[in-house]
Amino acid sequence: MSEESGYAVELREVTKRFGETLALDGVTLQVRDGEFFSMLGPSGCGKTTSLRLIAGFETPTEGEVCIGGVEQGRRPAFQRPVNTVFQNYALFPHMTVYENAAFGLEMKRVPRSETRERVLQALEMVQLPGKEDRTPRQLSGGQQQRVALARALVNRPKVLLLDEPLGALDLKLRKAMQLELKALQERVGITFIYVTHDQEEALTMSDRIAVMNLGHVLQVGPPAEIYERPASRFVADFIGETNFLEGRVAAVETEWATVAMDVLPVRSSFARRPAVGDRVTVAVRPEKVRISRRRLEGPNAFEGRVEGMTYVGKDSDYRVRIGRETLLRVRVQNETTDGADVPGVGETIWVQWPPASGRLLEE
Amino acid sequence: MRAIRAWGQQIRESSSAQGVLLVLPAFGWMLVFLILPILLILILSFAWRGQYGPVDWGSSLSEFLDRLSLDSYVRLVDPLYLEVLWTSLRMAAVTTGICILVGYPVAYFLARSQGRLRSLLLFLLLVPFWTNFLIRIYAWMILLRTHGLLNRALVGIGLLSEPVTVMYTPTAVMIALVYEFLPFMVLPLFTSLEKIDAHLFEAASDLYARPARTFWRVTLPLSLPGVIAGTILVFVPTMGMFVVPDLMGGARTALVGNLVRQQFLSARDWPFGSAASMVLMLLTLVATLIYTRVSGFGEELAV
Repeated sequence: MSEESGYAVELREVTKRFGETLALDGVTLQVRDGEFFSMLGPSGCGKTTSLRLIAGFETPTEGEVCIGGVEQGRRPAFQRPVNTVFQNYALFPHMTVYENAAFGLEMKRVPRSETRERVLQALEMVQLPGKEDRTPRQLSGGQQQRVALARALVNRPKVLLLDEPLGALDLKLRKAMQLELKALQERVGITFIYVTHDQEEALTMSDRIAVMNLGHVLQVGPPAEIYERPASRFVADFIGETNFLEGRVAAVETEWATVAMDVLPVRSSFARRPAVGDRVTVAVRPEKVRISRRRLEGPNAFEGRVEGMTYVGKDSDYRVRIGRETLLRVRVQNETTDGADVPGVGETIWVQWPPASGRLLEE
Repeated sequence: MRAIRAWGQQIRESSSAQGVLLVLPAFGWMLVFLILPILLILILSFAWRGQYGPVDWGSSLSEFLDRLSLDSYVRLVDPLYLEVLWTSLRMAAVTTGICILVGYPVAYFLARSQGRLRSLLLFLLLVPFWTNFLIRIYAWMILLRTHGLLNRALVGIGLLSEPVTVMYTPTAVMIALVYEFLPFMVLPLFTSLEKIDAHLFEAASDLYARPARTFWRVTLPLSLPGVIAGTILVFVPTMGMFVVPDLMGGARTALVGNLVRQQFLSARDWPFGSAASMVLMLLTLVATLIYTRVSGFGEELAV
């Protein structure tokens, strides 16, 4: 499909200014053909602006937007081979479900019989058969969402753009829709570009994620890579929960570095070889840390005191003081039902994590 | 149990009594300023014209009531008056049509503008209301006179070889009517256009609709409530207008309004004038009803 660049969508050094505000600052991104690509970040990070640039609702101040290898320039939205699912669905209130879904084909002057077939098929695909004659107002939020999806997919676009489409749904429905969307994407094989601020959603659905902040792309990669090997403190902090332990590199070996902090030497893996004396941060996920009443052996084993504990259903959250200044968050799965044999507040315990579970981040 | 039920009953009664009290001022207003005058006109339209006064009240109430008849209405069914009615209807319809054609782009532009520009435009739209209506009509007369400003300017720059007579023609009446009622079309149009979610235009564009098709398939249908409200606001008062035809049309363009006024003031035939107003009211009502029914006002309002 994408002859020239081999990418479904490509942003090259795209900058977008709104008056004084810099929404995107030299963003370069490649979205592969057929992948589920998420743009993740807090509000104002530029993810929605990127999507609108691809859709053609905005034009870049600088840089290029390519779809299927073709530079789009100032080409208006109605000439681009992409379709959008809007955050608030933007269904036409004066049209029925059928008319909404048929709109794109009507504009393209697709013959009536073919339109009918494709619309019914699309409505079937999003599990909304038999609702053709309803108006959007007669549907629930989840159903409206499905109509919006059908209205876009019926056109068989090269790329489907989704702007926080699940934002307005309640948690349970959202979880179900996440899986359904992912399955749908795999079935139709269309490239999905999905904008969200919900890291869990991005992790669940995406083939690859671009983490954005303040108009920059910070890291692009598959969910596991983003989660396990965050490239920066922002990414580690935004995706999931993380302990940040600050210190200076004391020694560097082939696989890990030893970082001196507080009173503790911490061993950690690294992406780029640091130099002795560098100021660094070690990021450790709370669930990677073991906790025990008995003495633990190996690297990164420390004695500590439980300062707080929160029960959160399937897990318990511990706040463990190690050394003088370091408060470590530890997440432990609640394996037993009666809560027996779990350390309580005030107890002295041992924590330990393997060096490979730590991540050395340079500032 | 019974005590509770009685107590509930009491609350219900008192609240309904309260409801009546709350409605009373509005009802009183309607009674004094709407229902009673209309009833009066209705009764008068069946009465007789007096020999020396506008109404023959008779020597007693029973005599007055005995003599009520449809005579005035019968007199109205005369080619001369039917022509007047027809002209009024046509004039009001054309005025409304022109107001839609001229007002829509204005309202569209207003709805699309933002911030201070929008405030300024809205302000400009409303500024004429600060001046008395009659004075503004006189201003038009000065402008449109055969040797008035407009003609002299157009002849002066060579666009016209000689002045064109506009004053005291139906065209002059039309110009003034459109001028007068344009804001009443623009404002409701603006309101309904402004309410349309801007994402809908993006959605249409995203679904391959060019701007013109977006307009016909999305913008226009969604602004219909405004078109309808504007139409009613323009059509209804134009039907009964008499000052503008008087001043701008001279004696040549008589509308129902003029007829009514003439009967009440110069001809001093109140029953006939009343009958004409009743017919005017009825015509307006029927036209509005047909129009709203045909355009599906009720459904559109729900959007």
